[in-house]
Amino acid sequence: MHAATQNGTPFKYSEAALAEVKGLIRKYPEGRGKSALIRALHIAQEENNGWLSVPAMDHVAEVLEITPIEVYEVASFYSMYNLEPVGQYVLEFCHTGPCAIEGAERIIEYTKLKLGIGKNQTTPDGLFTIKQVECLGACGYAPMMQVGQYYHEHLTEEKIDRFIEDCKAGKLDKGSWKMH
Amino acid sequence: MGRKLLLEHAHVEGIHTYEVYRKHGGYRSVEKALNSMTPDEVVEEVKKSGLRGRGGAGFPTGLKWSFLAKPEGVPRYLLCNADESEPGTFKDRYLMEKIPHLLIEGMITSSYALGANTSYIYIRGEYSWIVKILEKAIAEAYAAGWLGKNILGKGYDLDLYVSPGAGAYICGEETALIESLEGKRGNPRIKPPFPAVKGLWQCPTVVNNVETIAAVVPIVNDGGDEYAKIGIGKSTGTKLISACGNINKPGVYEIEMGITVEQFLYSDEWCGGIKNGKKLKALVAGGSSVPILPHFLITKNAKGEQRLMTYESLADGGFESGTMLGSGGFIVYDEDQCIVRNTMNFTRFYHHESCGQCSPCREGTGWMEKVLWRLENGQGKISDINLLADVAKKIEGNTICPLGDAAAWPVNSAIRHFREEFEWHVYEPKACMERNYGLVREPGVFLVGVQG
Repeated sequence: MHAATQNGTPFKYSEAALAEVKGLIRKYPEGRGKSALIRALHIAQEENNGWLSVPAMDHVAEVLEITPIEVYEVASFYSMYNLEPVGQYVLEFCHTGPCAIEGAERIIEYTKLKLGIGKNQTTPDGLFTIKQVECLGACGYAPMMQVGQYYHEHLTEEKIDRFIEDCKAGKLDKGSWKMH
Repeated sequence: MGRKLLLEHAHVEGIHTYEVYRKHGGYRSVEKALNSMTPDEVVEEVKKSGLRGRGGAGFPTGLKWSFLAKPEGVPRYLLCNADESEPGTFKDRYLMEKIPHLLIEGMITSSYALGANTSYIYIRGEYSWIVKILEKAIAEAYAAGWLGKNILGKGYDLDLYVSPGAGAYICGEETALIESLEGKRGNPRIKPPFPAVKGLWQCPTVVNNVETIAAVVPIVNDGGDEYAKIGIGKSTGTKLISACGNINKPGVYEIEMGITVEQFLYSDEWCGGIKNGKKLKALVAGGSSVPILPHFLITKNAKGEQRLMTYESLADGGFESGTMLGSGGFIVYDEDQCIVRNTMNFTRFYHHESCGQCSPCREGTGWMEKVLWRLENGQGKISDINLLADVAKKIEGNTICPLGDAAAWPVNSAIRHFREEFEWHVYEPKACMERNYGLVREPGVFLVGVQG
């Protein structure tokens, strides 16, 4: 496992999160609580500044009554889990075919130059991380990025400028989105 | 205007709420099934409808249902596949965002038909706001008595839950989906046993796509025969198509099976033609996995007949000159697009998404990406083109799940139909880089290895 992952600070779910995870376990038959793992990890990641440290994963294992390795192997398989610290806003750009046709690569390059960071890097102020991910199912509204829970579609350089300004000014709480 | 069975009320204000959905005829199929039909009669209607799996494979749904094993005392499960990750496909997302109750109604009616008392909707983790939409709608359905114990006083119990993933294309494969739902890595299982015999927690399981489950609602409401009247031959009913790429009107459309590809592509009712008055170069009709076709094989097949939006017509000519309807991810390329670059992009996708279980897929997708990267960046040799075709051929059919085939088909078809463009990349690397990147650069000066 990656060096950064091992250096996490101690982690425990908040009371509300623990109750939520216990509730998730009840959605599955007796003895099948491991099924709640994927969502339990999402919750842990949210409460651990956007990434999964070893202490966080160990705590999840303890709550679900499974072995730590069962958690590590899942955490390292799925692309939504970050095994290294990330910035406050994680900009996940789709760069798959349909987005690429609509200029995703140019938008990604623009954002990288603007923030002065590359893929999987975080700005020194700890505000932004850039990730490049595969198809997010927004092909008709390309180019796009996901920040937190929300999709930002039909991206332009102006929209990126505005988004970054809003984040810096603290005006944006994990982005805004609208339905199509 | 074609008939709409799924998206008829999609634009009604507040249709995502229970009251409005119910007012527009929602949950009638549950009433009809529970009050006047046996589970087997529901399966029979689905068989009669000719409905085929809408996730991509196109397997007859009624037949799939009839394979479900029913041993005494063992629970059965219905799982909805909402993992939608095929590049070019965003139809299920649209349906769940707009009319979540349609999926829930379909799940109840289908679960009743299969005798399942617990069902799950497995949704890709990135659609986290849709998880909330669905869970809110499920809570409304519980409150109104459509879920829970003794539904409609008929002694049928059903619990329905949403279970999100965490980012993995492979979890759209049904056995990988089951593994993921069990809280494991999404590694597809070796078949047999098929999920219908041993699926979720080793119990009999049916996995169906969102659109397939939703289609059960009009089938039960109007009868399978009525549904089968729409469409042509073995392609019955309506299909959701998500259109994207260089077109005037990208979006999700419900079409009656059997309209022509030309109508769909150029009519203002649907795609509205190619953007900026450009010419059509190529098209991927059913998500990134299906063979890409050049412009002269899209609206007409090799025999010069009109191509229709049906499973059979799109597949006409086999892989020599045809493609597949697949998941309905309709990607359009205009004359400025580079096929080599697009193939490299898709291959990078499959390399990234390979679960790593089978060597041909794990290694082969990476090799293909490297070779394509060389070709795209002016480092290729003419022998690379055959090497690429050779690697693709060695992946195809040699893996546990169809991801290997899905990775090989776009490469094979791109070489088959666009070999000249691959050769041009070898002979004129400067010219092709100028076209693709608008830059005049010495080939090779920025060779920094494959970007993952």
